[in-house]
Amino acid sequence: MRLTLHIWRQKSASDPGRMVQYDAPDVNPDMSFLEMLDVVNEALTLKGDDPIAFDSDCREGICGTCGFMINGVAHGPRRGTTVCQLHMRKFKDGDVLYLEPWRARAFPIIKDLTVDRGAFDRIIAAGGYISVPAGSAPDGNVILVPKENAEIAMDAAACIGCGACVAACPNASASLFTGAKITHLGVLPQGQPERRERVIRMVAQANAEGFGYCTNIGECEAVCPKEIRLEVIARTNRDFIAASWARRERFRNDAPISEPLAGGRR
Amino acid sequence: MELNSKVPSGPIENAWDKDKFEMKLVNPANKRKYNIIVVGSGLAGGATAASLGELGYNVQCFCFQDSARRAHSIAAQGGINAAKNYQNDGDSVFRLFYDTVKGGDFRSRERNVYRLAQLSVNIIDQCVAQGVPFAREYGGTLSNRSFGGAQVSRTFYARGQTGQQLLLGAYQGLERQVAAGQVTMYPRSEMLSLVVIDGKARGIVTRNLVTGEIESHAADAVVLGTGGYGNVYYLSTNARGSNCTAIWRAYKHGAAFANPCFTQIHPTCIPVSGEYQSKLTLMSESLRNDGRIWVPKTARDKRPPNKIPEQERDYYLERRYPSFGNLVPRDVASRNAKAVCDEERGVGETGLGVYLDFTDAMERLGVSVIRERYGNLFDMYERITGEDPYQVPMRIYPAIHYTMGGLWVDYELMSTIPGLFVIGEANFSDHGANRLGASALMQGLADGYFILPYTIGNYLAGTKLNKVQPDHADFKREETAVAEMTQRLLSIKGKRTVASFHRELGKLMWDYCGMSRNAKGLEFAIGKVRELRQEYWHNVDVVGSDKEMNQALEHAGRVADFLELAELMCIDALHRNESCGGHFREEYQTPDGEALRDDEHYAYVAAWEFAGVDNPPVLNKEPLEFEYVHPSQRSYK
Repeated sequence: MRLTLHIWRQKSASDPGRMVQYDAPDVNPDMSFLEMLDVVNEALTLKGDDPIAFDSDCREGICGTCGFMINGVAHGPRRGTTVCQLHMRKFKDGDVLYLEPWRARAFPIIKDLTVDRGAFDRIIAAGGYISVPAGSAPDGNVILVPKENAEIAMDAAACIGCGACVAACPNASASLFTGAKITHLGVLPQGQPERRERVIRMVAQANAEGFGYCTNIGECEAVCPKEIRLEVIARTNRDFIAASWARRERFRNDAPISEPLAGGRR
Repeated sequence: MELNSKVPSGPIENAWDKDKFEMKLVNPANKRKYNIIVVGSGLAGGATAASLGELGYNVQCFCFQDSARRAHSIAAQGGINAAKNYQNDGDSVFRLFYDTVKGGDFRSRERNVYRLAQLSVNIIDQCVAQGVPFAREYGGTLSNRSFGGAQVSRTFYARGQTGQQLLLGAYQGLERQVAAGQVTMYPRSEMLSLVVIDGKARGIVTRNLVTGEIESHAADAVVLGTGGYGNVYYLSTNARGSNCTAIWRAYKHGAAFANPCFTQIHPTCIPVSGEYQSKLTLMSESLRNDGRIWVPKTARDKRPPNKIPEQERDYYLERRYPSFGNLVPRDVASRNAKAVCDEERGVGETGLGVYLDFTDAMERLGVSVIRERYGNLFDMYERITGEDPYQVPMRIYPAIHYTMGGLWVDYELMSTIPGLFVIGEANFSDHGANRLGASALMQGLADGYFILPYTIGNYLAGTKLNKVQPDHADFKREETAVAEMTQRLLSIKGKRTVASFHRELGKLMWDYCGMSRNAKGLEFAIGKVRELRQEYWHNVDVVGSDKEMNQALEHAGRVADFLELAELMCIDALHRNESCGGHFREEYQTPDGEALRDDEHYAYVAAWEFAGVDNPPVLNKEPLEFEYVHPSQRSYK
């Protein structure tokens, strides 16, 4: 089949960028979307043109590296599927597709379809962990975890950090991403000691990065390739309120909310 | 070159304890005076960087991906082994050790493997404490499943995403150290050279993949956790970016490369569908717990699977290996799949495939149990092939998955260059000639959490290290060499893309240095690889500049290294006149087609030393001794 592609080209963060039209004349329905772009890129290279920059690595939907908008939908038309796992049989001959990078203030564009998602790492660094130095753990079966909690934790932990939730959200909110980690660690017994501090710090960091607030629109859930549920945001909110009250009681006066992170990262 | 493996003597049970006690320690207040570079942020690199940061060292961690969380460990599906014996089914440290040495076809170091089996139990504890959401029983205890090459259930898992969850555990620990200022993270940075000063590894030269800048980083020790080199075959289950550049360039600076021909072919991958294919996708080995593998009994049988009656199907693994059945080790399962396809009994359009059928398991356990166990894998299969495995049996075929070979390291994980440590898949150490399923995660984390943090201290405390800065002449020399290579690649302006060379190299390696090999084919491949390499440096086309993000340029540097490594792999495969594990030489097989080892002549590690790109490498041998597990012909019948 033959497709017409309109692709966002932008040489660097300082370049204004524009849409450029390309022809994909010979697309095999068994190709993945990224393989189709590989073929377009090989043809561009042989013509001496700069190939289209896009991120990808595992190409099996687990590393979270790939992702862009196809006709305005993050990761394209198939639900629960990253763009590397989207296959061309989902499209038909003559389709016209518009490809654009994730757009959000907190995700600066690097080149073409690649963006900088370092803000996600900083949200995790702010509290998305359980502090346990190597060597200090008790036997694995000392910590019993009800199966149900283990399942909720796993559902949330499946997040691949691709950024589709932010790209789809009209507010460019990172609440689904942040909430997924808060839920994963918050429903496990191991995560309880740091539960309150974690939610306060992670939410503060997300705000400091320039992500917007959640207004319960649900676009994020609709495009999430791992089908993370909106409930993780509800849990974040509950934990945040509880943690805020506990904090007041502890410090009496208004204690400073954790400072956003600086340093330690280039 | 002298290979001192530093393996401790005495009873195997106490070897690691004894070694730990004899190690020199770095005083807690002095740790912050040391800078350590860790290249790679996967299970091995990420766990090491986090652990060293916790101990108080200053760590700089580099990865080519945009975040440490993307390292390819994330794609491991099935699970991680540990000798917990929670199932009360007869497991023990000794049994895991025994299974691993036997599974590796007696080409690994006994004491390394024993240590790995001992540490396996600590890994599970550590990961549970980090919040890794392992599968649980209703009572809240940890679940297990069985895996190839073992008759006990010792594999811990988190659905089909075990690697992801373990990696995120390590990554979160790493980010905690980043926030604490102990680790500085350098994402989108690729190591392009090692800097050796006064015979010791003292730093690396990197390219910033966003700006193109060439940068020098100095340290007191360098740790490589950069994964395997399976992408030399172009099509593999590895991520697109996985490459050999860091270890290859270390090899060219004097680190010995051990057993490069020991590569693992995974039996359960989705078959190739066309020329444009960019990677192969693994279907976890855990599927073999419930799936039954078969092909039609008659050649060229083109009927759809549901039209082939039971008595006309050949469940060839169950038939040939009644005691292990579908759970034979990976090398055995792969070779048998190739054999039935060579007999033209393969299925699917290309004839390069066998069925993995869940019909019986769904009848026995119900569809919902199968969905719970393997749902995400079934979904992935459906997305890629367009076929629903709940209705039609999966088609699978072997693909390159893992490389047991890698840089030679001693018992303390140090290479032949003092101060250069190599961990995880990047080293050669624990899996011999074949790795058992669910053991890669175990090894990466053992190296990262529990071995390297001790052994690097021993090196630092016992070594006099002068301060070096990145403006040292040796750094400048390496920077110049890296910049020159980049310029050369950009200036050729030939007629073929990097990918077209990579595809041709991959096909050559798959055909002649893949699932089975013979002397004639290997000699042919060596000549062809040399020709292709020559053509590459005259005819490759890399557009763009080196002052910006340039993904074709990144790929070009990696393929240049694969073109050299491929030759070494063939040389190693040609010199090893025996069959063992994943290395199957057609000339050396038992009458019933199993691998025929030659322990008298080849019970050694082949550690190759660089002697110039166009000169033959020098072979060094580390003899292997077996005191506890006596070499026998592996039998899974």
